[in-house]
Amino acid sequence: MIEARSLLKRFQDKKRGEIRAVDNVSFTCQPGKIYGLLGANGAGKTTTLRMLATILEPTDGTAIVCGYDVIDYPEKVRANVGFLSTATALYPRLTAQEMVEYFGRLNGLDEATLKKRIDDIFSRLDMNSFRDRRCDKLSTGMKQKTSIARTLVHDPPVMIFDEPTTGLDVMTARTIIGFISDCRAQGKTVIFSTHIMSEVERLCDSIGIIHGGKLLAEGTVAQLREKYAEHNLEEIIVQVVGPQFANAEA
Amino acid sequence: MSTMNLHAVSIVYRKELTEWLRDRRTLISTVLVPLLMFPILITGMISVTSVMLGKAEKEIPKVMIIDGEDSPEVLATLHDIKDLDFVPYAANWKDQISDKKIRAAVQIPKGFQASLANGNSQTVDIYYYEGEIKSEFGAKHVETSLRDYKDKIVAARLKAKDLPASVVSPFEIKKENAAPPEKVSGAGIGSFIGYMVIILSMTGAMYPAIDLTAGEKERGTMETILSSPISRLDLVLGKFLLVFSASLTTAVLSVISMGSSFYFLGHSQAASSGDHALQMNLGWISILAVFLMALPLSVLFSAVLMTVALFAKTYKEAQSYLTPMTFVVVIPAVASLMPGVELSPKLALIPILNTSLICKEIITGTYHWNSIAVIFASTCVYAAVAIFVAVKTFQRESVLFRS
Repeated sequence: MIEARSLLKRFQDKKRGEIRAVDNVSFTCQPGKIYGLLGANGAGKTTTLRMLATILEPTDGTAIVCGYDVIDYPEKVRANVGFLSTATALYPRLTAQEMVEYFGRLNGLDEATLKKRIDDIFSRLDMNSFRDRRCDKLSTGMKQKTSIARTLVHDPPVMIFDEPTTGLDVMTARTIIGFISDCRAQGKTVIFSTHIMSEVERLCDSIGIIHGGKLLAEGTVAQLREKYAEHNLEEIIVQVVGPQFANAEA
Repeated sequence: MSTMNLHAVSIVYRKELTEWLRDRRTLISTVLVPLLMFPILITGMISVTSVMLGKAEKEIPKVMIIDGEDSPEVLATLHDIKDLDFVPYAANWKDQISDKKIRAAVQIPKGFQASLANGNSQTVDIYYYEGEIKSEFGAKHVETSLRDYKDKIVAARLKAKDLPASVVSPFEIKKENAAPPEKVSGAGIGSFIGYMVIILSMTGAMYPAIDLTAGEKERGTMETILSSPISRLDLVLGKFLLVFSASLTTAVLSVISMGSSFYFLGHSQAASSGDHALQMNLGWISILAVFLMALPLSVLFSAVLMTVALFAKTYKEAQSYLTPMTFVVVIPAVASLMPGVELSPKLALIPILNTSLICKEIITGTYHWNSIAVIFASTCVYAAVAIFVAVKTFQRESVLFRS
């Protein structure tokens, strides 16, 4: 389970001064459900997810992930989280197997468990043909599978995906979407950010629309459609963001 | 700050080591360059010098005589000198020397022969091209022959007056080395060894320091590793140990390479000419002591280079930060090579310079334990501060995610 409590993140920018990248954001994600964080570029999605994964520390507020506070127990939180984004690359000079082994060891798995887990994941994701190939020699699809294996190796109950399909071809994106769906089936708590509406409609149990660092609307897809009397998700987002956007422009 | 987990540090270290050993650039910068640099440099220098010297020695220098028409006897003596090729007088003799057409010119003063007969003293000028080895050889040859001629005249004059040779030479002066041989060779080569260990322990650390920080940011693996449960303290320590290993490997390999090059050179020289001037009489204990002194400095370099490189977003940016730092290291290291720069209580606290100076002393077999203790301890303190700063920098989001 993930519970964000009034998360706030301030950055100092030389030109623009203080920026509130995330401003008082609260939401809850339940096990066996997928929570989608929607918003334009620079809305605050990545910063929110990085705070949940304890890669960044909140300026104010906090979040509880699997019962651990992100500020007090960041290492415990990370041990319970699988984090995947388009920015999480692989080590080019390690093989696919070594990459996954490295993260298994960092997660405290003993060698016997690690071997069993890797054999299982590599078979499940059909990775055995390239397990000894160096990551810099892998195709995009193979790399993505290796990244998935890396996030799964310690079998975390919480999965965080930051725009996982951005820049990927259709087939690779499908693998990721299938994988996210599987995570839900396994009862994991899943949160993911995107700006691809078809993914949202297909996957998300509930969504939050974020803009200018603020969470402006929240609910299931059906609830939002009813509230804004609009079927098209993209139009809903424009309606939600519109007044804020107009204010910002003014 | 969380406490260190040795197991986690070793996991990071082993992974970094695997990647490092698979990098061809590493092999070149850490292993090949230090191993091959000295043999190539030394053999190259020696062979070029010996070829140049050989050529200069073999050449029969062209020498011009200016004036001296009124001193036929002197001219005849000069012409009798072996291995000199006298060319006819030309007014542009200065240009000819500069253009390397002739090697030297001798000017006989007016009425020189008559002065010699009368017992008056005059000056014979030899003109040459200073710094040009063949011209210096030619001029020296002329000078030696003129001295011989002078000695003959003195001897003849003494004989004419029936005086003993001791009249003009009441006593002889002889200079002899009293220092032990290892101190003599050490004074020359010693400062150089300390200098090389210092410089190479820095250059050895430079490439991995960039690769493991800015390189990781550039490749997009920084966020991957930060999402794992490892603490940032363990992560930075694992990385630091790898950079430190690279620094030590480069320094060790380069000293082995340098030591063997000098050893073989000394032996081949001694065998060929019986000349012991370049023999290496350095003990392994001195070399080991130099390493021990360089250890905390290597820690300091590794930590500082990593910290600075972490600020960069790309490999290239990090290189542009670290290149000027090379001068920060080279300048004090070079200063210690200057003649007359000796260890003093104040200098003992200046990092790099102090280690370089103490290495110079250690190589010559001098162990000033107080200075050694002060320098080792102060460098350890600097190194500890540098590691602390590196750990703190790794915990700064504004540095890790600089945009």
